[in-house]
Amino acid sequence: MTTATPPMSPPLRPTLRQRAFSERTVRTLKRRRIVSGLMLAVLIGAAVLAVLPLIFIFGHLLTLGVSSLSWDFFTKMPKPVGETGGGLANAIVGTLILIGLASAVGLPVGVGAGLYLAERKGAKLANGVRFLSDVLNGLPSIVMGIFAWQFLVRPVGHFSALAGGVALGAMMIPMVARTTEEMVGIVPVSLREAALALGYSRWRTSLSVVLRTASAGIVTGALVAIARIAGETAPLLFTAFGNQFWSTSLKQPISALPLQVFSYAISPYDAWHSLAWAGALVLIALIFIISLVARFATRARFATGGGD
Amino acid sequence: MTLPDGRAVVEAREGDGATLSIHGAAIGDRVYTGAITFFALCVPLLLLAIAWEIGVAGWPTLHKFGFGFLTSSDWDPVKGEFGAAPAIYGTIVSSIIALVLATPLAIGVSLFLSELAPRWLRQPVGFLVDLLAAIPSVVYGLWGIFVLLPVLRDPVMPFLRDTLHLDKTGLFTGPAYGPSMLAAGIILAIMVLPYIASVSREVLLAVPRSQREAALALGATRWEAIWGAVLPYARSGIVGGVILGLGRALGETMAVTMLIGNRPEIAASLFAPGYTMASLLANEFSEASSDAHLSALMAVAFVLFVITLIVNGIARWLVWQVSRNTSGRTA
Repeated sequence: MTTATPPMSPPLRPTLRQRAFSERTVRTLKRRRIVSGLMLAVLIGAAVLAVLPLIFIFGHLLTLGVSSLSWDFFTKMPKPVGETGGGLANAIVGTLILIGLASAVGLPVGVGAGLYLAERKGAKLANGVRFLSDVLNGLPSIVMGIFAWQFLVRPVGHFSALAGGVALGAMMIPMVARTTEEMVGIVPVSLREAALALGYSRWRTSLSVVLRTASAGIVTGALVAIARIAGETAPLLFTAFGNQFWSTSLKQPISALPLQVFSYAISPYDAWHSLAWAGALVLIALIFIISLVARFATRARFATGGGD
Repeated sequence: MTLPDGRAVVEAREGDGATLSIHGAAIGDRVYTGAITFFALCVPLLLLAIAWEIGVAGWPTLHKFGFGFLTSSDWDPVKGEFGAAPAIYGTIVSSIIALVLATPLAIGVSLFLSELAPRWLRQPVGFLVDLLAAIPSVVYGLWGIFVLLPVLRDPVMPFLRDTLHLDKTGLFTGPAYGPSMLAAGIILAIMVLPYIASVSREVLLAVPRSQREAALALGATRWEAIWGAVLPYARSGIVGGVILGLGRALGETMAVTMLIGNRPEIAASLFAPGYTMASLLANEFSEASSDAHLSALMAVAFVLFVITLIVNGIARWLVWQVSRNTSGRTA
């Protein structure tokens, strides 16, 4: 091999600089390896450090939340300062009502917008809407709350559950739109073509073939969006406002778990502090149950996808 | 229609039905297209409505104080003096603290997940980091008040000030009460970490294998391969993730309101309480009695809206740019 160099080419001998360079790389190899090892250790440290806050938060939530959790918490109304006991039954129901309202507003619009984005993929308007929905998704939730106040509370003159639901629903729109788009996007084109070839009209193809195929994924996306808005407090401060009493009227201020956690947390009373921890634990549990259901919905989709 | 032949009538009916259904399909298609176009238009309309409602309500203040609204630090609802500088300053400083703390951690954990972690560890660790994004802001605030603040008050703040002598920098001076710019920055760091990490992880996983292998084949150590070949490739995507995190930090309300101390003053020390635009809104909005005060708060909301709009626009654009490039390369 070494003698096989063609006679025309110059001898392949490294220049002085190249030799110096390669010698240096070999000489510094030990140091470079040490630096590499150190930096990799730093990366591992970063990973540990990133997970630590989560462990701490959950640890405190569990230890402080469970101890103040009781059956009364779910069934009783809040008690005034000084009286022991009491629960957050109204806040739990309020949160569920607000979630329902938000879904009623956010889901149809979000799914519809997502269908548009998926069906008009390259269109200018679709690109614009996609970009704007990403931007809307990053909008501070308190701005959404103030918008809802200006839009729905100020003209009427009083806070209402409806305004809170609309604020939360508006926050859901961009999230639902983007996941719907993604899920409709992975439905095979052949399925759509088959339906069209069988004489289905376009709208029926979209709704009863494409949307139905993507439905499990869309449900997942919707649940993820619901899990995200369920814990929102800022948009509710000036809309749903909170309510010490039992209320399920959409026109009246309504209580919500995050609002109660907030007002109890900044209160000076120990009894309320422990109620705040219990409320936070229930809120997190609610969010996790929704997220878990969302995960199972995705699983089901993949399972049927594999069977087809 | 009264044909003697019964079959002919049936055929005619069938023909009718066919044209009818084709006609119906055309209408249905038009209705369907109209409906989804309308829903899609809701997104820009919603953004416009937000800008319009808040802008109009804040206009009297913006008009009266002009540019001084952004630079004056007098915030006195009683006298009718409104300057948003302390809130803007607090928003920016708390976000900077958050990014300074969260960015190295987020990049570290994403590099760990994309380059080092064994396969079985990837999913659970990634899941745990993502879980941070699922915790509501108000729960962070609660945890911050009862866990973070006491820890800051006792060992951490005096340690930084007296033991490390960082008071000479001017950033870590003054009494250690607890509620402070530093506390808000730390809680924000934990909150934006999952956003930066998830974008970085996605971008890092999109870096082609050949990029790493080429560097390793040239004799680079693992760290040199990461530093010299992987990170530069993913740089603009990571920057997009960081800016996305910035957008989150700027508008974060509840946790910050509960931890920052809510005092409309500009102080150099991070131990001093401060204010952010979002916490200003959360605190004063429902108590605003005069029209001038309300309008000033609306103006603050408008400024916050515009800032986050710009920041998010830049972030999305950067992330898009990267995903378009990488998908173009692999295709």
